[in-house]
Amino acid sequence: MLTINDLTNEIDGKPILKGLSLSIKAGEIHAIMGPNGAGKSTLAYTLGGRPGYEVTGGEAAFDGVNLFSLDPHERAAAGLFLGFQYPVEIPGVSNLQFLRESLNSQKRARGEAELNGGEFIRLAKDKAALLGLDMEMLKRPVNVGFSGGEKKRAEMVQMGILDPKLAILDETDSGLDIDALKIVGAGINAIMRKPDKAVLLITHYQRLLDYVKPDYVHVLAGGRIVKSGGPELALELEREGYAEVMA
Amino acid sequence: MTSMIFPTRRDEAWRYSDIAALATLWPLPAPTCIDVAAGETARCHLLQDAADGATAVHDYVIAIADGARCDFHVLNIGGKLGRVTFAVTLGKGSHFELNGAIIGGGDQTLEIVTSVTHAEPDATSGQTIRSILGQRATGSYLGSINVARDAQRTDAFQSVKAMLLDRTATANAKPELEIFADDVKCAHGATVGELDRQALFYMASRGMDPATAKTLLLKAFVAGVFDDVSDEAVKDRLEAAAIAKLETLV
Repeated sequence: MLTINDLTNEIDGKPILKGLSLSIKAGEIHAIMGPNGAGKSTLAYTLGGRPGYEVTGGEAAFDGVNLFSLDPHERAAAGLFLGFQYPVEIPGVSNLQFLRESLNSQKRARGEAELNGGEFIRLAKDKAALLGLDMEMLKRPVNVGFSGGEKKRAEMVQMGILDPKLAILDETDSGLDIDALKIVGAGINAIMRKPDKAVLLITHYQRLLDYVKPDYVHVLAGGRIVKSGGPELALELEREGYAEVMA
Repeated sequence: MTSMIFPTRRDEAWRYSDIAALATLWPLPAPTCIDVAAGETARCHLLQDAADGATAVHDYVIAIADGARCDFHVLNIGGKLGRVTFAVTLGKGSHFELNGAIIGGGDQTLEIVTSVTHAEPDATSGQTIRSILGQRATGSYLGSINVARDAQRTDAFQSVKAMLLDRTATANAKPELEIFADDVKCAHGATVGELDRQALFYMASRGMDPATAKTLLLKAFVAGVFDDVSDEAVKDRLEAAAIAKLETLV
């Protein structure tokens, strides 16, 4: 589904990713762990197409299409979802309006029929219930006045509504208490644990992986993948720390 | 404000104006006078959507008698030069409320110029202006509040926010206060900004195409200006005209 080969990039002329390669197939959940400053968030933003994250070499193919030839909104329409570590607040635009415009933009781009108001509300209710988010929250402006945990839950409701093929989730577990972590983990499983979908989880800690079991775990350090393994690698990292495992 | 002598840009009230466009209209038509009798409420609106290249100047002279109220909604979007001015005099305990939006593109110069005089005690006034300017347009708000010596307990505010869509567009905001009374509350705020790039990327990451995303953010920016228009048909007309104009700019 996603094949990244020898990816290098720069932010403000400073190289961050230095030859990163990774392959994710449909039906798989991959976790990327790594110390602070390793380039984890940079990888997420680069794949999402954030302005300022300049690709200087290598390639990424998403379902056979050159990801870097697409604008950010085209990547989303192609089935990519980027979960933000710090979801952005948009005063004056309600979650429902935001999501309906997003979903219908995607549908227009794919040549599919748009959802009408009633159909959209039913879908939104269904996904909000899945994540235990009050429907009233979705009537409020995007992320404005939401707690850290509510923002992350709202992100997962967005993911449920947009129904992507590949989700790249950047520290979705940060800012969550144990109960919220369970709900978000169950949400990820319910929405994305399917044979035709895949997930790339970016996280500092093992704890999210207790709820969303990865098939593969990778260690990102110094801008490249330095070690890959199964779920046991995450436990080893948790036990021994990055320095020990990478040595 | 309504001058008999053809102005130059050295005149403060015309400093950011388009004098060449003004010449095509000169001499100016007589101002519209609105007198609100004691205790009455007047609700007025102006949709300034003159044709491309035209010059439109609307001068209002408004006298609000004791205990009366005037609510004015203005949408200033048309013409090469579109200028709307208000000279307001407030009686005892009266209220003036101006809600306005300026939306301009191309080479348009769009202006709202106000002079609100609190001549008597206990009057209140509020002015809320939102401007969206793209391409090479210039949008200006020049607003003065004048509080007379006897006008104690005056409460007045001006809130001006402008959004620039292109680096070639210009926004001017000049709130002025002249206060001779000593028990007075006068607040004014002015900001000029651009669309939030982080919000635009967030919206794009959810699949929204750039034009849809920008339009949604701009609608949110001007939302509220026409919220309290009591006549639904007028409200719909102002909002529809604002959105249609916005869509030409993104």
